[in-house]
Amino acid sequence: MTDATGPIKAADGRPLKASLNRALRREKMRALMLIAPLLIFVLVTFIAPIGDMLFRSVQDDITSRTLPQTVVALDGWDYDSGSPPDEAVYEALYYDMFFAAEAKKHTALGSRLNYETTGISSLFRQTGRALDDMGEDVIEAMEDNVEALDDSAFWAALFLTEDPVDAGNANAALSWATSVADEPVRLPEGLQMSVAGATVFPKAAAQYVAFAAFTHTVDEDVPAEEDPWESVWIAMAQDTSDAGFADRLANYTGPGAAELAPLQEAVAAPLAELSFQAAFLDQDEDWADAEIWGTIQAFSSPYTAGYFLTAVDRELTPAGAQVVEDDVKIYLKLFWRTLWMSLAITFSCILLGYPVAWLMANLPDRSANLIMILVLLPFWTSLLVRTSAWKVLLQQQGVINDLLVWIGLVADDGRLALINNATGTVIAMTHILLPFMILPLYSVMKGIPPSYLRAAKSLGATNWTAFWRVYFPQSVPGIGAGSILVFILSIGYYITPEIVGGTKGVFISNRIAYHISSSLNWGLAAALGTILLVVVLALYWAYDRIVGIDNVKLGG
Amino acid sequence: MATSADAAAFVEFERVQKSYDGETLVVKDLNLSMPKGEFLTMLGPSGSGKTTCLMMLAGFETATHGDIRLDGQPINNIPPHKRGIGMVFQNYALFPHMTVAENLSFPLEVRKMGKSEREEKITRALDMVQMGAFGGRRPSQLSGGQQQRIALARALVFEPELVLMDEPLGALDKQLRETLQFEITRLAHDLGITVVYVTHDQTEALTMSDRVAVFEAGRIQQLAPPDELYEKPENSFVAQFIGENNTLEGVVQDIRGDVCTVKLDSGDIIDAKPVNVHTVGERTKVSIRPERVEYNRERLSADAHTLKAEVLEFIYMGDIFRTRLRVAGNDDFVVKTRNAPDQRRLQPGEQIEIGWLAEDCRALDA
Repeated sequence: MTDATGPIKAADGRPLKASLNRALRREKMRALMLIAPLLIFVLVTFIAPIGDMLFRSVQDDITSRTLPQTVVALDGWDYDSGSPPDEAVYEALYYDMFFAAEAKKHTALGSRLNYETTGISSLFRQTGRALDDMGEDVIEAMEDNVEALDDSAFWAALFLTEDPVDAGNANAALSWATSVADEPVRLPEGLQMSVAGATVFPKAAAQYVAFAAFTHTVDEDVPAEEDPWESVWIAMAQDTSDAGFADRLANYTGPGAAELAPLQEAVAAPLAELSFQAAFLDQDEDWADAEIWGTIQAFSSPYTAGYFLTAVDRELTPAGAQVVEDDVKIYLKLFWRTLWMSLAITFSCILLGYPVAWLMANLPDRSANLIMILVLLPFWTSLLVRTSAWKVLLQQQGVINDLLVWIGLVADDGRLALINNATGTVIAMTHILLPFMILPLYSVMKGIPPSYLRAAKSLGATNWTAFWRVYFPQSVPGIGAGSILVFILSIGYYITPEIVGGTKGVFISNRIAYHISSSLNWGLAAALGTILLVVVLALYWAYDRIVGIDNVKLGG
Repeated sequence: MATSADAAAFVEFERVQKSYDGETLVVKDLNLSMPKGEFLTMLGPSGSGKTTCLMMLAGFETATHGDIRLDGQPINNIPPHKRGIGMVFQNYALFPHMTVAENLSFPLEVRKMGKSEREEKITRALDMVQMGAFGGRRPSQLSGGQQQRIALARALVFEPELVLMDEPLGALDKQLRETLQFEITRLAHDLGITVVYVTHDQTEALTMSDRVAVFEAGRIQQLAPPDELYEKPENSFVAQFIGENNTLEGVVQDIRGDVCTVKLDSGDIIDAKPVNVHTVGERTKVSIRPERVEYNRERLSADAHTLKAEVLEFIYMGDIFRTRLRVAGNDDFVVKTRNAPDQRRLQPGEQIEIGWLAEDCRALDA
């Protein structure tokens, strides 16, 4: 070769490495094709849903979605001042809440915020019912003086148009409505927001468009045949208090220009008395409580650390993350219990499984197969049946206690509590997970030739020394594999602790299940699940560093 | 054969029997006596009971009947770790989780030996097998031959008087095996240890041993030094098993002291030495080594019986010629002759006459 330092060339002059890669690519593609069905299946049915589920642990857009304007208005408010926010925030809350109540979304938000501050749920529910009555003086004045407003079609003619020349941009109103209603809403086909109407009544036009789009899309009614919500009336009244309103109305030539002339004068007096803050406080004193507003503000971001904080017995208060009171601490205790009980189960499995595996590895094949069948026998029975059987055996009037009393080991009035506590969980789960310890142990032990023990004894070691110094170290990879299996299985176990664990023997997974199916707090369930996953991965990593995952053998 | 009264006996088997299933005997009535310092090989086909005997001596199997004595002491009830017998296994059985030095240290540690003493003995043992530089390695980092040297060093490091070796060279290639054969015999002689060596390789048995015990069907068929075993097999099994051998079958016609005449099944008459035939009319297998057959008429005595033979095949093997003949209906009769300048090379199809000295032709049991 002329250039000794350059890359080696293939016969056709291309670099050898590139040629090799080309040659291997086909094989790689073929290998990929072979695993593709499984890969796609796993991605679609397993990885993606789990990822989505885990994402819920930080996702928390219900506040910003349901109360979009309130959250924006509240941005400038300072929780530490201790005083309630100003009128603008209450006004935004009125419109957000009114629409949310119509869309029946305010109770969901109330329930969500109730996880953080007790009482918000009922506050939202009660307030939702009373929103129709807010500003009724204003609405009465409008009804009395502008009779045309009683006609639903009048409103539609005022704010909606079929004329493309008059069509205005209603995107802001529609996206607000879509956000609160939590589904896409749009105006009926061919109808647009009227620029002329929106120029005179900007607030009312926005509110009416939201009303019309919601009525059309969700209720599936014709907006021109439905009475607009009270919030649209209030918005129209508010528009009259603008400085340039009289001029704008004077320039307006669209439908209803004449009928609307007395409006400004008629609502002036009741509008001056209308205070959203007073209306809300009148409904419930709690609306003056900075805690309520602080909670709304704390959870106004679409992403939250709140679930994770709750999962480690902290809470996201308006003043920042704080440790919860002792009597409601639960999750850290559950995590620790899950960890130490899983360890206890793993150790009992080693203690009980090692001799069995040893026996199987050292018996002739026929007898070993018989024991293997006995070891695998539990797999032929449903998990639920096995666990229920333990219930029969372990209860105070159960078989084991009866036997102990009959032998005389325990007194009749001193029967042991073996179930509905940690003991019950450890006993039942050790039994259920034992095969997962025995099988890897057996296959590793099967690979240790008996000549090692003989060699050790011929060198002068007693049976115990030969076992402990020669056999045992070689069986450690089996213990490692079995322990990882049993530990990881038990740390996420659910059914058995649920049935025999009572209150003192349940695992974190039971709490996760509770939040998934009973309290419906999926965010917290996802956060707990994420922490569990991270703990398992961290332990796996630590195990790899200390023992080395290469030392784990599932087969000889 | 020595008896239990023999004071010089170091290892003794007396009427030992062993059965695993209670129906068949793997070892039948074994009697064996070894003096101190002897290198004795147990040779036999697989399943002949030789390894069982070794395991009974090591203590991993118990004798069903009979006594095993070590230095005059019955050891039937002594557990293996108290027998103080070194052992080398076929698969080396080096502890994979320990380094070479730790492997060697193991027998010394269980004997509660001090650290400095241990290190000194380990160094000496490693030097003895020329593996001094390998103390820190793991067994998996060594070749098969190196592993076997370490296994040897480990069996010797605690200075046992008796060392058992169970086909220790079975897994090695031919050249390495020959080197290690030589080294093992040298070490055994230098250290004056007594060795019981089990193998199914007869070359190994012949080249290494002071005496060889040929096992078959749970019995010792012959116990003798290598040359005696080869040249004077006591029965047809030993004759067949050790070295190459030509067999002709027939009936004893006449016995006169050291010579008998045998009428072969083909009708030919030959001279032979009666070894375990005793009566006229008895059936016998006549055994003759290929290198003792002569086809140069002038080298045979005038009165020797000769047989007609047809050359079937001539193979040139360098140092020797190997000729296959048809003799008395036997197509596998082999003659080996030295490649000497005056040696005639036979051609296939050639008709010749062959003969031998009567004492080289042994009439054995049928």
